[in-house]
Amino acid sequence: MPQFDFDIILKTLPYLLRDGMSFTLTLTALAALGGLVLGTLLALMRLSTVPGLATFATAYVNLMRSLPLVLVIFWFYFLVPYIGQVILRTERPVEVGAFASALITFTMFEAAYFSEIMRAGIQSIPKGQLSAGYALGLTYRQVMGYIVVPQALRNMLPVILTQTIVLFQDTSLVYVISITDFLGAASKVAQRDGRLIEMYLFAALVYFLISFMASLLVKRLQARTAIIR
Amino acid sequence: MNYNWNWGIFWEMNPEGSGTYLTLLLMGLRWTLATAALAAIIALTFGAIVGVIRTLPARWAVLAGDAWVEFFRNIPLLVQLFLWYFVVPELLPKAAGLWLKTLPNSSFWTGAIGIGLFMSSRVAEQVKAGIRSLPRGQAMAGTALGLTTAQTYRYVILPMAFRIILPPLTSELLNTVKNTSVALTIGLMELTARTRAMQEYSFQVFEAFTAATLIYLALNASLTFLMRRLEKAVAVPGYVAGK
Repeated sequence: MPQFDFDIILKTLPYLLRDGMSFTLTLTALAALGGLVLGTLLALMRLSTVPGLATFATAYVNLMRSLPLVLVIFWFYFLVPYIGQVILRTERPVEVGAFASALITFTMFEAAYFSEIMRAGIQSIPKGQLSAGYALGLTYRQVMGYIVVPQALRNMLPVILTQTIVLFQDTSLVYVISITDFLGAASKVAQRDGRLIEMYLFAALVYFLISFMASLLVKRLQARTAIIR
Repeated sequence: MNYNWNWGIFWEMNPEGSGTYLTLLLMGLRWTLATAALAAIIALTFGAIVGVIRTLPARWAVLAGDAWVEFFRNIPLLVQLFLWYFVVPELLPKAAGLWLKTLPNSSFWTGAIGIGLFMSSRVAEQVKAGIRSLPRGQAMAGTALGLTTAQTYRYVILPMAFRIILPPLTSELLNTVKNTSVALTIGLMELTARTRAMQEYSFQVFEAFTAATLIYLALNASLTFLMRRLEKAVAVPGYVAGK
């Protein structure tokens, strides 16, 4: 058995939390929010009767869901500078920071998964409610914005949060483009000081505690917000 | 967009000396398939066992099954692979650790086992849900016929439960295939890793990634097709899925 040195964790804890965990949590929160907004739009497109919109949304969602996240991270890592160039009409590909690149990737990727959740939520609303809305003279935007989407969000909240926990774990994959998230920070210390065992065990413990606690909270929330029908 | 497209790149020789760039990618696909196959077998085996354990009447068994699922579900796959690859060999007795580290294709074995165990927690959830979805009367009928608990599971419950959960198992199988790409972090030269290698050798980023995307899509489509065939083949008459 090798010698353990758990002091290394205490010594590097400020770095792990300030540089690493704050990146992971910010990325998770922003990507979840962005993914949810974009995902809701995709779900509405998928359910709309406007020709082309549904096809586009379905194709996008199926494409994203068929590809490994690692490949998508690489795709966007190389593609975003070129997209920026086209949009901003610059001479050369735009330099995009690590955080922006990761945020765009995860937002676009999670949007596909959130769109499926929101589609299920929207489809669970009884048709009569839409008819009632239209009968009151509300427009499509108002029916969706005031009646359908809020209820879909409420019904799907536990699933959305569970997906966010999955997203929280998946953000660790930014490791493949050498970004310093929580795991990246732990891994840097591990390699610098030759303390792989301590650092990776600690990282696993932290991820486990956060995900486990969060999923317990989601379970309680589910019990509290469940609508008795 | 000032990018030099060169779709002929796939027929040019790669600097590894293993043939064309296309061969390079296909060699990656082979590792992806091998890893996914072994991982799927492990996931199905352990997932079925743990899923069954969680439906047993014994309280301690349920607790052990729950602990298994929570452990493998709440740690990111990447971290789990690091644990198997970097940490476990150090914690084992010296000789065993050394044997593990010098094992040929060790990143394949660790990757497949790590991904398999990670996926087993998801399969266990499905198996449990499948068993729970059966009417209680089926297990009772088994007991009434004089079958032991093991026989009831083997001949009555599991054959139905597995048929019910075939569609979600299909998506878990596809997830297993996708998750093999995470093993590139421990040095497995599977499809995504080879795509990266091709991009680094040839600078043809988008051709390489487009090819990988198409290969993954084709793989997904064929697996989905095969699983649908399987669903049809084993469907029980009288159920919605049956004839």
